[in-house]
Amino acid sequence: MQEVFAILEKLDWSPLFISLKTGIVATFFSFFLGIFAARKVVKASNRVKAVVDGILTLPMVLPPTVAGFFLLLLFSRRRPLGILLYDRFGIKVVQSWLGCIIAATVIAFPLMYRNARAAFEQIDPSLVYAGRTLGMSEMRIFWTVVIPTAGPGIASGTILTFARALGEFGATSMLAGNIPGKTATVSQRIAMVIQDGDYLTAGVWTVIVILIAFVVIFLMNLISGKAMKSVKRW
Amino acid sequence: MLLELDFEKKLEDFHLQVNYSGENPRIGILGASGCGKSMTLRSIAGIDKPDRGLIRLGDRTLFDSGKKVNLRPRERHVGYLFQNYALFPTMTVEQNIMAGVTGTKEERRRRAREMILAFEIEGLEKRRPGELSGGQQQRVALARMMAGRPGAVLLDEPFSAMDYFLKERLRLEMAQMLRDYQGLSILVTHDRDEAYQLCDHLLLMSDGHIIASGDTRKVFEKPETVEAARLTGCKNISRIRPLGSHRVCALDWGNLELTTEGEVTPEITHVGIRAHDFSPAAPGKLRGSGGEEETGNVSEISSGPGTESPGGRNIIPVRNPRLTELPFEWYVVLEQNIWWKVPKDMNNHNFSTAMPDALTVDPSSISLLKEK
Repeated sequence: MQEVFAILEKLDWSPLFISLKTGIVATFFSFFLGIFAARKVVKASNRVKAVVDGILTLPMVLPPTVAGFFLLLLFSRRRPLGILLYDRFGIKVVQSWLGCIIAATVIAFPLMYRNARAAFEQIDPSLVYAGRTLGMSEMRIFWTVVIPTAGPGIASGTILTFARALGEFGATSMLAGNIPGKTATVSQRIAMVIQDGDYLTAGVWTVIVILIAFVVIFLMNLISGKAMKSVKRW
Repeated sequence: MLLELDFEKKLEDFHLQVNYSGENPRIGILGASGCGKSMTLRSIAGIDKPDRGLIRLGDRTLFDSGKKVNLRPRERHVGYLFQNYALFPTMTVEQNIMAGVTGTKEERRRRAREMILAFEIEGLEKRRPGELSGGQQQRVALARMMAGRPGAVLLDEPFSAMDYFLKERLRLEMAQMLRDYQGLSILVTHDRDEAYQLCDHLLLMSDGHIIASGDTRKVFEKPETVEAARLTGCKNISRIRPLGSHRVCALDWGNLELTTEGEVTPEITHVGIRAHDFSPAAPGKLRGSGGEEETGNVSEISSGPGTESPGGRNIIPVRNPRLTELPFEWYVVLEQNIWWKVPKDMNNHNFSTAMPDALTVDPSSISLLKEK
């Protein structure tokens, strides 16, 4: 037990904050991108839907290392986009916190997109038609009718997105690397200390991660539980 | 207000083709489910787009494929009452009603207040649609629709999701509301009572086509085609073989011979008799005509002048009747598959004494029908 306290005392907490920061920022981007994409796809014709949906869901199905590899190819400073971003704007994606965010966003985005889409598709189209015949603008219908009605689905999508972004490992390690205090997230730190044979530190981090996971699950049930109030129990 | 409909739209099962032009304030469209009547309403509202044609309301063109005019639903100024009312579930009653009004927040609130009073839904302002009964939901939806002062209102099967008791009461209220309303109303329904009660002008629709149109009472009184007779609730329809200018043989009723008031022209292929239009033939008179059980004419009543066939009463023998009791009616189904509906007393459960040997039907009650 004393060993655990000793570890906690001199623990470098930076991975936790990097993970949380990355999770929050990636969720923020995924939220808007996911809702935007879901709205477009719901309105699209069936053929367009099939293709676009496949592309948008791909990052969730691919091994994260493959997604990371693609991102690396895209943003590498030896390639056009990477060169452009660095030379023109001084933006460095590879081996930077920005890389963490991009990797986490790409991997977590499909969760937001798919949940938002499912929530939108559940909405009775006559609600939208009613809004139109009542003279409401499309934007007003979307923000005051569609989004609130799809609320529970969007909320649980947001939480899942956050959870996924928080724990992202594969793509992050390829794109952003594992620089202590800069890009080293909790999942990367755990992998590192295990490689060093420091199982006790890995255990401490694991407990922290489990606690966070429980909070996330609890929040999700709270939200969906609220939405399920009117539904009959089994 | 003038309404002009002349459009078509290809649907999966059939081709929708709507033609109507008139100034009737209360129009009904009666048809079986899936006949295209809802699609007609949606096209007028702009929810769906016809393939080609014209929709004009008053002096405004809502849709004209030739001139590439297709106003958006919110520019059409047409109210729509959805079958499930489509109330916004996350908004309160008051917010729902305010959604249909433009102006400052204060104006919108005042208008909502007016509607809440007019539709007698005080006390429900802060409730959400999920907490309302079916009848309350309908009132809120009507209030929301009327709040924006639409030039026309479209009602899509407004009573289909209601129990019988509530339906009857709300139909009365709706009739009053439509009488007070200055604009045009179009009601779509599969219920002939609803259509009769709420509409002055009726369009009968079948397989995407308007098969009959006119004053509601006329359409019910004198259906001209088989489908029109069926839609207006004619229970008994039979193919015929003409026997004379006023006499037919009903092939589906055991070759029953009938005298008609109207002239049997070559295009007449069927006859129809409403289930309420039969009456018991007095037994004495039947026996007087020779005691025959066969179809016969009783000569003491002659039909109008100019009849070349032997005029007379139409006698239908009652054999092996099947009987079903309802609270206020008996349903009697004869062997020939003729339906007879007899009004009854709530307390009378015995029909055996009332069952006649034969039925009679007035020649004027027989509708002469064309196939199409």
